[in-house]
Amino acid sequence: MTVEVLLGDEAVALGAIHAGISGAFSYPGTPATEIFEYVERQARAGLEVYARWSPNEKVAYEEALGMSWTGKRAIVSMKHVGLNVAADAFVNSALTGVGGGLVVVVADDPGMHSSQNEQDTRALAAFAQVPCLEPRDQQEAYAMMAEGLDLSERLDVPVVVRIVTRLAHSRAPVQVRETPRAPNPLRPAGAMSKWTLLPAIARQRYHRLVELTPELQRWSATRSGNELTLRGRRLGVLAAGLASNYLTENLTPDHDLSILHVGSYPPPVEKIRALTTHVDRLLVLEEGYPHLEDHLLGLLGPRPGLEVLGRRSGHVPRTGELTPDLVRAALAEEPWPALHEALTDLPGRPPMLCQGCPHIDLYQTLNLAMADYPGSQVFSDIGCYTLGALPPLLAIHSCVCMGASIGMALGAAEAGASPVVAVIGDSTFAHAGIPALLSAAKADVPLTLIIVDNDYVAMTGGQQTMLTGERLDRLVLGLGVPEAHFRVITPLKKNQEDNLRVLREEIAHPGLSVVVSRRVCIQKKAPAA
Amino acid sequence: MELNIILAGVGGQGILTIAQVLDQAAGQLGLHFKQAEVHGMAQRGGAVQSHLRIASGPVSSDLVPRGRADLILSVEPLEALRYLHYLSPAGAVVSSDNPHVNIPDYPAEPTLFARFEQLARLVLVDARALARRAGSARAENVVMIGAAAPDLGLPVELLESLVVAMFARKGEKVVEANRNALRFGLAAGLTFRAARQAGLPLAPARRLTNLLDPEGLQAETRAHWVTLLAGPRGALVADLLATRQAPLAGQAAAALPAQLDAAPEAELAGLLAG
Repeated sequence: MTVEVLLGDEAVALGAIHAGISGAFSYPGTPATEIFEYVERQARAGLEVYARWSPNEKVAYEEALGMSWTGKRAIVSMKHVGLNVAADAFVNSALTGVGGGLVVVVADDPGMHSSQNEQDTRALAAFAQVPCLEPRDQQEAYAMMAEGLDLSERLDVPVVVRIVTRLAHSRAPVQVRETPRAPNPLRPAGAMSKWTLLPAIARQRYHRLVELTPELQRWSATRSGNELTLRGRRLGVLAAGLASNYLTENLTPDHDLSILHVGSYPPPVEKIRALTTHVDRLLVLEEGYPHLEDHLLGLLGPRPGLEVLGRRSGHVPRTGELTPDLVRAALAEEPWPALHEALTDLPGRPPMLCQGCPHIDLYQTLNLAMADYPGSQVFSDIGCYTLGALPPLLAIHSCVCMGASIGMALGAAEAGASPVVAVIGDSTFAHAGIPALLSAAKADVPLTLIIVDNDYVAMTGGQQTMLTGERLDRLVLGLGVPEAHFRVITPLKKNQEDNLRVLREEIAHPGLSVVVSRRVCIQKKAPAA
Repeated sequence: MELNIILAGVGGQGILTIAQVLDQAAGQLGLHFKQAEVHGMAQRGGAVQSHLRIASGPVSSDLVPRGRADLILSVEPLEALRYLHYLSPAGAVVSSDNPHVNIPDYPAEPTLFARFEQLARLVLVDARALARRAGSARAENVVMIGAAAPDLGLPVELLESLVVAMFARKGEKVVEANRNALRFGLAAGLTFRAARQAGLPLAPARRLTNLLDPEGLQAETRAHWVTLLAGPRGALVADLLATRQAPLAGQAAAALPAQLDAAPEAELAGLLAG
């Protein structure tokens, strides 16, 4: 065995490589970004694996599914909200099934360290009726990639591996195998009907998926990773994923708790039954939604003779990330003595735009232009430029999901709001903004779209963008944006007067206009050779 | 053994480099460790922290529980205070004393440093000055590794070899600057500890730490200065040091405590001018 020090994300990536993947697909998103980046680095170093960023998670998923169709193994990784974007492909691929093993790794962000929600991917895996693995540490993250890819091939379904921020971005030594599994040979599935979800075929395939449920339950029930330890009857603990580590942290060797660790879904029902019949009270510890807890409670609440403690009962906060301290409180243990109380009067230090950032120049100019229209809203999007919502700039007023700025601005313009301005980055535009701009060009309502083209995906640590410069300009014009109202500015202090005039003219224009605000991100590094 | 560390600072100050060095040290010693860090949005000039847990047995939680940190190691003083509730009753704080002011409501320095006065196990060093003295303004993080070394319980030689290896591909000049940074941080940290152990208040302890040149600083020289400042003339000498800009360096620094102890009071100012 070799030992490597790996982030949880990197353990996932290396686990997949050692399990014989031929391709990795992704769109950057914290906390999942480093999964793909690890594979990409290995590919650059000569490993035979395809690794190139996709413009969004849906395309990434489809590429992975297409590679699977050829008989080869593939992974696709994304942050939790990315699976919403890929959901159409994801849910339907449960019906088609796979060729080579297909694992979708989704990094959830409980506590919303870098996200707009804390949705729980276990719920989406259940929604698609596919199996889900949840590692509790870097070693399991590594091992579960092989387990997931094997399972995917054996049961002919995509498999979800769900991780969370604290595992994704935590480093530890991992024992890795010396000899990687060889990639699968190229063996395209051909024009077989399972891939063609016409209603008649889809009905058969859906029936097959539903029939698979008992098999999935058997798999989950017999996995060795879901360990059941029956001790005292006072309190049982059902702990999933990372929650088990926080539980262990709080245990002494002679504890009297009965414990079931859950690392796979559908949950191991017989083991849960064994635990619940052994104890009178059950504490459920899980990152994210009260997923297992709600399954236990069902519609009708706790059954007589079993009290269920968790996020619903208030023993664990309903929202937010778990910590060893929250788990300690849920166990009704005294906190560890601390030297000091938390200082509550310290000023926060939120993230901010870098000094010299082109977004600052653009927003300062935009604020001047918008001062002509008090009370107006500027719709915006996801990226570093979202920080323009914070003081001192206070330049934008929305951030919902990738690409939403344009669609929302369009809806507002269609309702008669005026003026309507939207700000989107080059990568977010490529991700999900293009169809919305096509729609805006067709509608030709009064709307000014500002595309901040910094030639970089900066917020996620610096990835190459797919659509920038002249190609971006040609695409925008190709969508039907009138040339007379397509302007390009360079956001620099010395250009402020000219830029302000351009913005004023286009905001006043009673139709669609697009202003590209173009200056390279000051963090941009030269692409690696 | 178990060593729980909260690493703190502001995005861009090199917290993750500190983490990497300590991870490698733990790995080389055959210890278990987990190190949780912050990526993404928070790295843009915001507060950044990393939880590092090193132990002889398996580590469970990736996060340090509250009350269980043995050490808060911070490259910025306000950020050190942010995690005080993680500190165990016997825990130590080792921090740079250079405020990184990028927020409008940053506390005034007297308010800020008053918060440190009650901490029994504390080290404050001027990481910025020490990094420059070492030859690289970017080496503040490595200065802090040196300053914290006695509280880490990891061999200094091992830390130094890992720092050298980490910067090896950047050339000998960068390697030398970082090696110096580690040594200067260690020397300055030892001065601060000695001053506090002798019962000096925060202000004279910081003053001595920041004036005593770490280059070639002898243990006896440090001890003589601390004894002098803790003695009957201590308050007077500390006041005079407050106006001094030039470092106390070399032979002169070694000889001064005895001279200051022996000279008539009226001559002290003259001896300390510079």
